[in-house]
Amino acid sequence: MNRIVELFQKQPERNLNVYFTAGFPNLADTRLILRVLQEAGADLVEIGMPYSDPVADGETIQDSNQQALAAGMSVKLLFEQLRGMRPAIKLPVLLMGYINPVMQFGIENFCKSCQEVGIDGLILPDMPFDVYVEDYKAIFDRYGLLNIFLITPQTSEARIRQIDERSDGFIYMVSSASVTGSQTGVTHDMEAYFARVNAMPLRNPRLIGFGIKDRATFNQACQHASGAIIGSAFIRVLAESQDLEKDITSFVQNIK
Amino acid sequence: MTAIQTKSVFSVSERGYYGQFGGAYIPEMLYPNVEELRQNYLTITASAEFQAAYEDLLRDYVGRPTPLYLAQRLSEKYNTTIYLKREDLCHTGAHKVNNTVGQILLAKRLNKHKIVAETGAGQHGVATATVCALMGMECIIYMGEIDIKRQAPNVARMKMLGAEVRPAMSGSKTLKDATNEAMRHWINHPTNTHYIIGSVVGPHPYPDMVARFQSVISEEIKKQLLAKTGTELPDYVIACVGGGSNAAGAFYHFLDDLSVKLIAAEAGGHGVLSGLSAATTFLGKPGVLHGSRSILMQTEDGQVVEPHSISAGLDYPGIGPLHAHLWDAGRAEFYAITDDEALVSAMELSKLEGIIPALETAHALSVLPYLKAAPNETIVINLSGRGDKDLETYMKHL
Ligand SMILES: Cc1ncc(COP(=O)(O)O)c(C=O)c1O
Repeated sequence: MNRIVELFQKQPERNLNVYFTAGFPNLADTRLILRVLQEAGADLVEIGMPYSDPVADGETIQDSNQQALAAGMSVKLLFEQLRGMRPAIKLPVLLMGYINPVMQFGIENFCKSCQEVGIDGLILPDMPFDVYVEDYKAIFDRYGLLNIFLITPQTSEARIRQIDERSDGFIYMVSSASVTGSQTGVTHDMEAYFARVNAMPLRNPRLIGFGIKDRATFNQACQHASGAIIGSAFIRVLAESQDLEKDITSFVQNIK
Repeated sequence: MTAIQTKSVFSVSERGYYGQFGGAYIPEMLYPNVEELRQNYLTITASAEFQAAYEDLLRDYVGRPTPLYLAQRLSEKYNTTIYLKREDLCHTGAHKVNNTVGQILLAKRLNKHKIVAETGAGQHGVATATVCALMGMECIIYMGEIDIKRQAPNVARMKMLGAEVRPAMSGSKTLKDATNEAMRHWINHPTNTHYIIGSVVGPHPYPDMVARFQSVISEEIKKQLLAKTGTELPDYVIACVGGGSNAAGAFYHFLDDLSVKLIAAEAGGHGVLSGLSAATTFLGKPGVLHGSRSILMQTEDGQVVEPHSISAGLDYPGIGPLHAHLWDAGRAEFYAITDDEALVSAMELSKLEGIIPALETAHALSVLPYLKAAPNETIVINLSGRGDKDLETYMKHL
């Protein structure tokens, strides 16, 4: 069974999904960060494939992308770094990134490499839903990869249902209309939106992302979903850290 | 504008593609706005009420039709017959305003009160700030930090027109990055805001919508040529291509007239192989940027390469999907014109015809020495804009 599906079956609540950019803060930190996140108690991990033009990202993640690219990170190198991470890494691991580097790697080749290193799912925010359904889904399925879609407060109910029908794993519920790194926390408007989605009801569990940054916001998010995703706040910790192992551990343990 | 209904084999498909290029590769955060536009743009722009408002503004505010001018001294120099389509005489000094007038009317009908746009040379920024002033709408313009420096007069114009100019500080600090910032702004402000893209780029329906608004250029060329020469078809139409909006407008009604050779001038920068170039069809391959699949300058790993051109409006690593298709299908021929060639052409047109062209436009003029057209052949060059904004660069090379 796919590790993402298995996780939500075993543990339907309070799942912490942590995002970090591959190759940041240092080119060779990927495996260390993965291992420490697992030991510290993260439940899923999203590894960002850095891109030159990340339009859905705010400054924190943009900067980490640029720094990682300048250091020499690439899709090819990331797969080399991840080779052999299983079985020591037991967490579900997703790759997140923009579609162009994936296209240049070749969709089939990319999916095959994902399967070889033990990736469970993909988040490609600028991949159109119709292109996925018509061109890519069969390939993703063949390599056991779940594609995770985003929904926002503006996503129509009909579209949420379509996404729910055609995807597995979880749905990435973007908390507010913004790029990553917003500082809003969880507001009243958001709660109404979470409640509306929860009432639908959907096949897939949801994780809330964007604006989740600490224990308080994580706890709030967990009242409305199966867990939450933390990205920019974690990148800020990595950016300032003198001791990754210690700082990652305390960051995760402060939240869960 | 009856011609807006024309269906060509080069028209966009139902799903937003030109051949293998186009589509809407956007994050979900942009989907509702882009989808709203897609569902409404054809109906709104086809309505009699919209067309009357658009035509009135093009005539009385923009100053259309723009002249088609027989450039005699330039023709003598190249021993052929050259007409200049005078988009430089549009209000604000470039073709960009054809599109912003159309989009602001559309934005109003979609009940949007705020406008965001990107700009490279500042011509699109000025054209956007202008229509926002006209309609009393709030206007935010993103412009690369480098472009703010090299196109200072246009920054001053935008401010005087009441727009807020925000510097794009990421990446190459030019048009590509200004476009990223404008898209991020739209993500952060999903209600009430319309994004006026300045070229035939972006997710479907933008490339088609902008091409339609610019198609008035070739609609007029046909009528004017017929009146002047007795035939509506020239032998060549030449235009520069940054994203490709002035070229799309100049080519639009000739796409199916296969006897008309369509020629696109890209920015070769220091030369195609110099590492400092923006000649997308020479250096790029298929890829996705700013919401559509097109030809893109990129590394093997799919990272977008930072382009170079002396002209801010052509300093972009992609081209619109329509142009990628015209290139792929062999319908248009592409030239890479260097910075130096463009400067020479700008000086030449100024001295021969008393017209100072924009640096972007100068690239189209630089095709002339390569063309070897016969004396009885007719060439139409789309004179996309005037050169006032580039005087500082020109002065350095006088
Ligand atoms: C005068 C002029 N011509 C051409 C361009 C290039 O844009 P496009 O290729 O969309 O016509 C610009 C862009 O700023 C411009 O100002």
